[in-house]
This record gives sequence, C-alpha cells and structure tokens, in this order.
Amino acid sequence: MSEWTLFEVFIRSKHGLNHKHVGSVHAADAEMAIENARDLYTRRNEGVSIWVMPSALITATATDEKEPLFDPSEDKVYRHASFYELPDEVGHM
Amino acid sequence: MTKYDDLTEFLLRLGDSALIQAQRLCEWTGRAPALEEELGMMNVGLDLVGQARNWYDYAAERINDGTDADALAFRRDERAFRNLLLVEQPNGDFAVTMTKQFFYDAWQFHVLTLLKNANDEHIAAIATKSLKEVTYHLRRSSQWVERLGDGTDESHQRMVNAIDTVWRFTFELVEQNDTEWSLSEAGHIPALTELPELWHATVSEVFTNATLTVPDAASTFYLSARTGMHSEHLGLLLAEMQFLQRAYPDASW
Amino acid sequence: MYAQQVETGTKTVKSLDEMGAEERAFQEKIDAEIKIEAKNWMPDNYRKTLIRQISQHAHSEIVGMLPEGNWVTRAPTLKRKLQLMAKIQDEAGHGLYLYSAMETLGADRDEEIEKLHSGRAKYSSIFNYPTLNWADMGAVGWLVDGAAIVNQVPLQRTSYGPYSRAMIRVCKEESFHQRQGYEILLHMMRHGNQAQKDMVQDAINRLWWPSLMMFGPSDADSPNSAQSMAWKIKRHTNDELRQRFIDQTIPQLELLGCTVPDPDLKWNEERGHYDFGEIQWEEFYEVLKGNGPCNRERLETRRNATQEGAWVRKAAVAHANKKQKQQAAA
Repeated sequence: MSEWTLFEVFIRSKHGLNHKHVGSVHAADAEMAIENARDLYTRRNEGVSIWVMPSALITATATDEKEPLFDPSEDKVYRHASFYELPDEVGHM
Repeated sequence: MTKYDDLTEFLLRLGDSALIQAQRLCEWTGRAPALEEELGMMNVGLDLVGQARNWYDYAAERINDGTDADALAFRRDERAFRNLLLVEQPNGDFAVTMTKQFFYDAWQFHVLTLLKNANDEHIAAIATKSLKEVTYHLRRSSQWVERLGDGTDESHQRMVNAIDTVWRFTFELVEQNDTEWSLSEAGHIPALTELPELWHATVSEVFTNATLTVPDAASTFYLSARTGMHSEHLGLLLAEMQFLQRAYPDASW
Repeated sequence: MYAQQVETGTKTVKSLDEMGAEERAFQEKIDAEIKIEAKNWMPDNYRKTLIRQISQHAHSEIVGMLPEGNWVTRAPTLKRKLQLMAKIQDEAGHGLYLYSAMETLGADRDEEIEKLHSGRAKYSSIFNYPTLNWADMGAVGWLVDGAAIVNQVPLQRTSYGPYSRAMIRVCKEESFHQRQGYEILLHMMRHGNQAQKDMVQDAINRLWWPSLMMFGPSDADSPNSAQSMAWKIKRHTNDELRQRFIDQTIPQLELLGCTVPDPDLKWNEERGHYDFGEIQWEEFYEVLKGNGPCNRERLETRRNATQEGAWVRKAAVAHANKKQKQQAAA
C-alpha cells in the first residue's frame, strides 16, 4: 500500500480549453497534490489551471459496456477534430 | 579585501543568499523524502540560481572592472561573500532544511515586495520577477512547516529542534543596517524599516498554525555576513562549489 | 536499455490459432496498432511484463539522478548549474511519469520501489558507473541519453496507451538533454585547454562500452524479445538499436575530434553500418547482478532517502488527517 494517496491530475493547457488528464501524483492531501502536479506536469509552461482528485473516487466505464455505450458513435468520425488532418505548423486547433 | 559601494554590497547580499540557498538545495539531489519533493526542491533551487544570476549581472555591471556573474559566484573567497548566515548552515534533517527555507522565503518575500517599488529600475525589475517565484516558495515552505509542526509527535519534536538550531541566525533577517539606511536615504530603494515586523508576522502566523512557539528575538553576536564574518560552514561549501573554477583558472566551460 | 532484460514469462510466442477468444481479440488489436488501455482485458503475462519493464525504466530514471547529482554541486558556471539542475529534475519527472503509467496497471509504486531497494528489481546497468570528472556530465547527456532516446523514440508507439503517452512526454522533454551534453563536450574540445580535452576523452573512454551495454544482451541471448515484440512493448531488437546508436554517434564523435576505445570500430561499406568490437558481456552481467562499481552506493542512497524520509511522509499524512477532521467538525 502506498503511504500517500494517488491523485489523478487534469490540466488546462490554455484558457478556453478543457482540462485534460495528464497522469497522476502521490500526495498526503489535495493541496499537496496540486503543488506536486504543478512541479511535475507544468515545468515547461504547460498549464494555466490544475484539477486533482483521488484516483479511488473516479468511476470509469467497464470494458464490457464498451459496445452499447460507444459503438453507436463509432461511425460518426466526422464529429471528431482528428478526422480533419492539418499540418503541424497550424499548431493547436 | 574589496569593499564595494553600498548598493553593490546590497546586490551581493541578495545574490549570494540566493546562490548559497540553492547550493544547499542541490545537496538534496536523490535524497529527498519523497520523489515528488525532488522536483519541488529543485524547482526552488532553479528559481534561486536564476535570481542570483540576475543580481550578479547587475552587480558586475556596477563594479565594471571586467568581472561577471560567474566570477562573482565562483572566484570570491568566503570573506567576500555577503549571504545570510542562515542559508549557509548545513541541511541537517528535512525539518532543519525546511525551517531554513521558510525563514529565508519569508525574508525574501517581504524584501522583494518592498524592492518592487525601488526607484532603481534594475532592482525593481529583478524584484518583480523574483517575487512571483518567491511567493510560491513561501507558500510551499509554510505548508511544510505546518505539516511537520502539526503532524506527528516525532515531526513536531524535530521542528522544535530545528528552530532551536537555526533561530540564532535570524537576527540578520531583522536587523536595521546603515547600508540599507543610506541606500534608502539616497533614494535607490524604499526604506526597509517595516521588514522586521513583517517578517515576524509571517513567522508568527505560520508557527501558530503549526502549533510551534516563536522564540524571543535572536540577538546579534560576533558573526555578521555584512563584514564577511561567516560560520565555518561557508568555506567548505565554497570549496566544493568553486572547485572547477579554482582548479582550472584559465578554462572556459 | 533502461529496461535491459525483461522476463516475459513465456518462451514461445503463441499463434492466433492457439489463443482463446479474449487473447485473440487482444492480439488482433495490437496487430492493428490499436492501443491497449488500462481497463481493457489483457493477458496476465502482458500486464506483469509491462509492470516489470515500466518499473525498470522508472527506477533507472530515479537512480540516474545520482551520477549527475554527484556533480551538480560542482558545476563550473551558473549556466551549467541551471542546465544540470533542470536535467536532473527532468529525470525525476520522467521517473514519475513512468511510475504513473505503471500504476494504471494496478501496480503499487511504493511496493515496486521496495523491490528495487531489496535488489529484486533491476535498473539500467549504466548508472552503476561513477562520474569522475566534469566531462562526464557531457558524456552522460550525449551518450547515455542518446542511447536512451534511440530506445525511447520507437516506444512512443508501444501498444500500451499510458506507457506510450508517457514516452511521448519523455521524448519531447528529453530532446534538450542530449544536445546539452554534446554542447558541454564540444565547448571543452573547441575552447578548452589540454586538461579539459583530456577530460573529454577520458569520459568517453570510460562511458563508451557501458553505453553500448545499455541496449541489453545481443539478440541471440534475448529469449524474451520475441514475445515482447509480438506484444509491441518492444519494437526493435537490442542489436538493431545498438547498431542504430553507433551509426548515428560516430560522426558526432569525429566532429568532437575524439576516439572510442574500440580498435575494431570501422565503417563497413558493404553493410552500410559501422562494425564494432565484442562487448565484454561478463562485465555487463556482473553489473546487472549488483557487482558494478557503484551498485551498492546507488541503492544505499535510495534506501536511505526512503528510510530517512519516512517520518516526513508520515507527518504529512497525520497532518492531512487532522485537517480533515477539523473540516468535518466545522
């Protein structure tokens, strides 16, 4: 058992974007988790806002639910930004 | 031994303190109490070396005899160093390290807050940039002092011992001094008269949360960084830090 | 490499026909380059192998801070000090990214670290060599990180999603490490005095062979490679990567004006690659077994850090609990 709690870390990389899961940190409490996340995941200006939450509190879909939950949207690729290929020079879009 | 003008001496006090504090943090590499803390301590160290470089650049410009930031950092002897006695003290355990860090952060925070409004534009600019970093340092070290002070019986006792070990060096953080008086008289920097009170207030607030007692004010004694009267620890620290520049005086790195 | 000998628990690779339905679906996904994610079904051996591989990689990053930590208090200029501090900090960060990926597989970080401390888990042999002069900071960046990058770039496409994403992050950040190291050496060779040039050559002499050993045993002695490649947690063989590293490094070496301690090294026009001498595998296995020059010191440092930090970590938890109680009462 780890001595400290495992926290999942979500970072907003720029104003106007969603927080995105980037990984996890260990910390004794949420306040420390924020600082540890700041020191670990934003060393190169990667963030403007951080969320942390204990990993144990996350509820995730189970693998066997995958088909009914997600397959109906599977053929609608045009809904996704990644459907549209842009050269790297365009940057974040 | 060279004594520079008041403003340069003051810049060296800020630069030397930042560098020596960072050097002590570097000694923790690979030895921090948690992996996350390796990053935290190194971040503070990086900020401080950067600050030292900025103060040294300005000092070198004023000295104007061909010296530069590296020469100031790596070619001066201990009697010429102006860093606070506090920061040259050995790291001890994590409680001593954090107590030193906290006292220093609180001092830096209030000094820089005052210097932000200095008439000297160089000083104001460096202070403004450094203050952002130091605000975070202070938040971090305050939290650690609270955690350790109000943690377990063992951590509390270690904090009590740590305070006992380094408190005597805090007299330098709150003393009023002629150099700074004349600098503010001459209009270079704001008066630092409030500094002792501000520093003490920060320490009291954090110590209260940490269930720690603030000792009576430390009194001045024999040592004083302003005249290069250091503890014996600085010489050894410099011997290590300056080794390459001393061993290969004509080398470029 | 950072993970030099990872046991897969299987000596022969099953064909699709030999697999049950779940495993077959799993393997077909991998064959189609679809990432496996934490909650997906996976064979037990895949999970265990990945935990071993990722933790070895993470341990290597953490232990890898120590040879550089040996010089961070002696860096010769403020600029070099800042660069080295940032690099060491990145190693710690990369260790944490990797532990984080490993924990998505259900492994516990503290438990895996305990395996390292008790000698049950491995880390890269390279970090058991001492750093004896300042040029080692350059050579470590150039050769050791260079070798690491050769291995890590293909791992960005590894089949396990969290591992792949961690590697992408690591590679992005690590690009400065190798350049930083090479620049240290180049500066010493071009602007340094004779003593500095001698330091550079000395560093290369000592670190060249250990760097080549980082890629692990030759393919003939890598019984686990086939399974790891089928699972795409390894994308090229040890010998392929080693050759790639040598081919790209020798021109850089020549630009420095240095040599490597290998009389057999020469360009082979026919193969389009450099030929090189036999690696001292006995030394490699000795270091891996714990008998390298610094194994004991490295592990002792890490064990001490963990033990001496125990009261700090405990205090932080106690404080968090107190605060939680206070908040609940308020």
